[in-house]
Amino acid sequence: MADSVSRKGFVSLIGSAGIAAAVTQAPETAVAAVTPAAPAAHHPASPHAMPAAPLGSEPEAYAFFNDDEAAFVEAAVERLIPGDHLSPSAKELGVALYIDQQLAGGYGAAARMYTHGPWMPGTPQQGYQLRQTPAEAYRLGILETNAYTQKTYGKTFDKLDAAHRDDVLTGLEGGKIVFESIPSEVFFNFLYGNTVEGFFADPLYGGNRDKAGWKMIGFPGVAANYQDQIAKHNVPYRVAPVSIADVQQGKPVAAGHMLMHDMALANIKKMKEGR
Amino acid sequence: MARQMKSVDAVMVGVGWTAGILSRELTKAGLSVVGLERGEFRNTDPDFLTPGMHDELSYAIRYKLFQDASRETVTFRNNSKETALPNRQFGSFIPGDGLGGSGVHWNGMNWRFLEWDFETRSRSIARYGAAVLGEDCTSQDWGVTYAELEPYYDRFEYLCGISGKAGNLKGKKIPGGNVFEGPRSREYPNPPMTTSYSNEMYRKAALELGFHPFTQPTANNSQPYKNNEGIQMGGCAYCGFCERFGCEMLAKASLQTTLWPLLEAEPKFELRTNSRVMRVELDSSKKKAIGVTYLDAAGNEVFQPAELVFLTAFSLNNVHLMLLSGIGTPYDPATGTGVIGRNYTYQTGTGGTVFFDDKHFNTFMGSGALGGALDNFNGDNFDHSGMDFIGGGVMQQSTTGARPIQYHPVPKGTPRWGAAWKAAVAKYYNSSFTMNAQGGVQAYRGNYLDLDPTYRDQFGQPLLRMTFDWGKHEHKASEFIAGKYRQIAAAMGAKDAIINSLAPHYSIVPYQSTHNTGGAIMGTDPKTSAVNTYMQTWDVSNVFAVGANAFPQNAGYNPTGTVGALTYRTAEAIVKRYLKAPGPLA
Repeated sequence: MADSVSRKGFVSLIGSAGIAAAVTQAPETAVAAVTPAAPAAHHPASPHAMPAAPLGSEPEAYAFFNDDEAAFVEAAVERLIPGDHLSPSAKELGVALYIDQQLAGGYGAAARMYTHGPWMPGTPQQGYQLRQTPAEAYRLGILETNAYTQKTYGKTFDKLDAAHRDDVLTGLEGGKIVFESIPSEVFFNFLYGNTVEGFFADPLYGGNRDKAGWKMIGFPGVAANYQDQIAKHNVPYRVAPVSIADVQQGKPVAAGHMLMHDMALANIKKMKEGR
Repeated sequence: MARQMKSVDAVMVGVGWTAGILSRELTKAGLSVVGLERGEFRNTDPDFLTPGMHDELSYAIRYKLFQDASRETVTFRNNSKETALPNRQFGSFIPGDGLGGSGVHWNGMNWRFLEWDFETRSRSIARYGAAVLGEDCTSQDWGVTYAELEPYYDRFEYLCGISGKAGNLKGKKIPGGNVFEGPRSREYPNPPMTTSYSNEMYRKAALELGFHPFTQPTANNSQPYKNNEGIQMGGCAYCGFCERFGCEMLAKASLQTTLWPLLEAEPKFELRTNSRVMRVELDSSKKKAIGVTYLDAAGNEVFQPAELVFLTAFSLNNVHLMLLSGIGTPYDPATGTGVIGRNYTYQTGTGGTVFFDDKHFNTFMGSGALGGALDNFNGDNFDHSGMDFIGGGVMQQSTTGARPIQYHPVPKGTPRWGAAWKAAVAKYYNSSFTMNAQGGVQAYRGNYLDLDPTYRDQFGQPLLRMTFDWGKHEHKASEFIAGKYRQIAAAMGAKDAIINSLAPHYSIVPYQSTHNTGGAIMGTDPKTSAVNTYMQTWDVSNVFAVGANAFPQNAGYNPTGTVGALTYRTAEAIVKRYLKAPGPLA
């Protein structure tokens, strides 16, 4: 599969230009200096903190999608959230891999959904009443979309140019492209909702690589103690975002982004001592 | 054959706020108490610690702390002509699971209901005439007044360490507080929280329009606090991870932060987690409970004998257990008779998002309940003459912390995806904020809970069936409040405002509120209520159904403060009266 995303491919795709664009997004008030986070030993409640090996060094592979499905999802998420000066595309951020991992696990299998019949169509107010799990909905939706594009354009969705892919996605979104197995807008809503999740979820789930989704909007990730910040009205608080892995691995965080963990442990100690 | 445990004085079914309060009070009085919790054990250390707790996907989107719909859910329909279908994934409301229940993931918005709320029916008729309610409205008086509940509200607030400023101290109105509230016997235990930029913009606009804004009371402590049980709590870090999350800082009041250290050390209290109660067992007279049957972690049936049974689960689950156990007469909407399931109510949401070009709000900061509010259009705080509805809602501008999967609003006319969507998200994430009013919901003859005839849970029991839609009062109040929000948005100089009122029909799909109320309501007449004002079931006097299930209709506020107050009142009545002479308290 020529188009598949790998960590290596992602880095070469955005290159230094992409990174520079992301940095210039931050206003002048951004806290540039970094200080090392406290080493793992100072976080006694995280005794299982990972060793320093970067997570990205493990091989990445699709667990759920076959080659056709992977190509479809990469081509779709790249149009839903395209790359530009604000951030790399959802494809480059690993969102297809995020969706794959979600579908391979409990979410894809509807592990926390009620899945007993009888199955009957309901009103819109009664919500999802289809038999398909999220994983099954993807499999069917991709097959049917590719059948449609083969018929209409003579090629699979991933081989279409950007404008035609947008036309097809719009047709799915509005239910104008009619499927036999599930309503096409239901498939679109799975794809769209999961794409947004993968763009903004903590990078530990495979998407939002380099925390680029968070950098784009100015979300700091793992929060700090903002007691002194909340009263600073109309003053942007911009720091390099912090992921869960960053903290677990003791990576440097922006100076002034005072992580809460030690303060929380001190509070817990006081509560215990008070008795 | 069910395994039989040693008999105890009292058993709690579900261990959250209400079980915590009752267990503390009853063990102090010398009773032995067992708490049965269907979910897992959870405590601040290690379960709520960061960085793992700041995982929006796992907690807020995949519902890590919530009831698992694959095990039990409800069925739903808008009216009794439809066939109810299962709520296959939680959306509109998300009940908690595990130790602490929904009191772990709440925002900490902690209110007292208005004096009017407890006397909705009689005061509405007295002021506007009987016709204002409408023929199908079954809202009624609670049988208990604000004045009677005041000492118990006070006690719950000093347990939690509520941060706020009084607007009515012993009848004296105090500017800057909520001047519409009922009289308080004393000030809040903690000062109000530090307000955000958007809170202050909202306050300024509301003042310009002649309203009475105030900083809303919160169970997110504005400073470290030692509560009235001697437990040391922390101060809020404004980290923005309250709603759907546990609090690392010991700053958001919950069972864990206020009472658990005492119960954990109490020899007369025993917690059993992964213990799912299937039914309350009654004796042959059906007037007395002898205990409860539950499934232990291995799925084996266990019988726990008890002198007193407290249903202390989420409101919907309390009603479900009463129906499964044959306590009281199920409600029949065709005849209007029976009481179990009657007057199921909920909460309306009216409001939306405002957008600015030149302002920056750091929307990711905040706390669950940090906000400005105004009560000018709640309850009967304004003259409803000629408006053909009663009630209203508290109009809030809360800074609850904007996690980006859930919060990335765009102005009207923006495409839903693609480059233009992305540009708008990047531009407005920190230059927008939300406003929302929580509205009261009146009770109607056709809105109720019963057992579903078709669908069953993982344990083979019928699911609870919810039949519910908005009525006249909700639609009209929502339209009215939306108009007020549009005024405020204009006064703030918003570039764009998306303000929504209620859709034509209630939908179980989008998240709205986990304030499901009623279904086993309190009152003074067994023909129109399931429990007396001590939440003691009329039919089985050693069973109490404790929680928001007892609200005859819902007020325009979050329910927890009132649940806490009612629970303390019940605990006192049991210790002072019931233990001396077991039997009906009313």
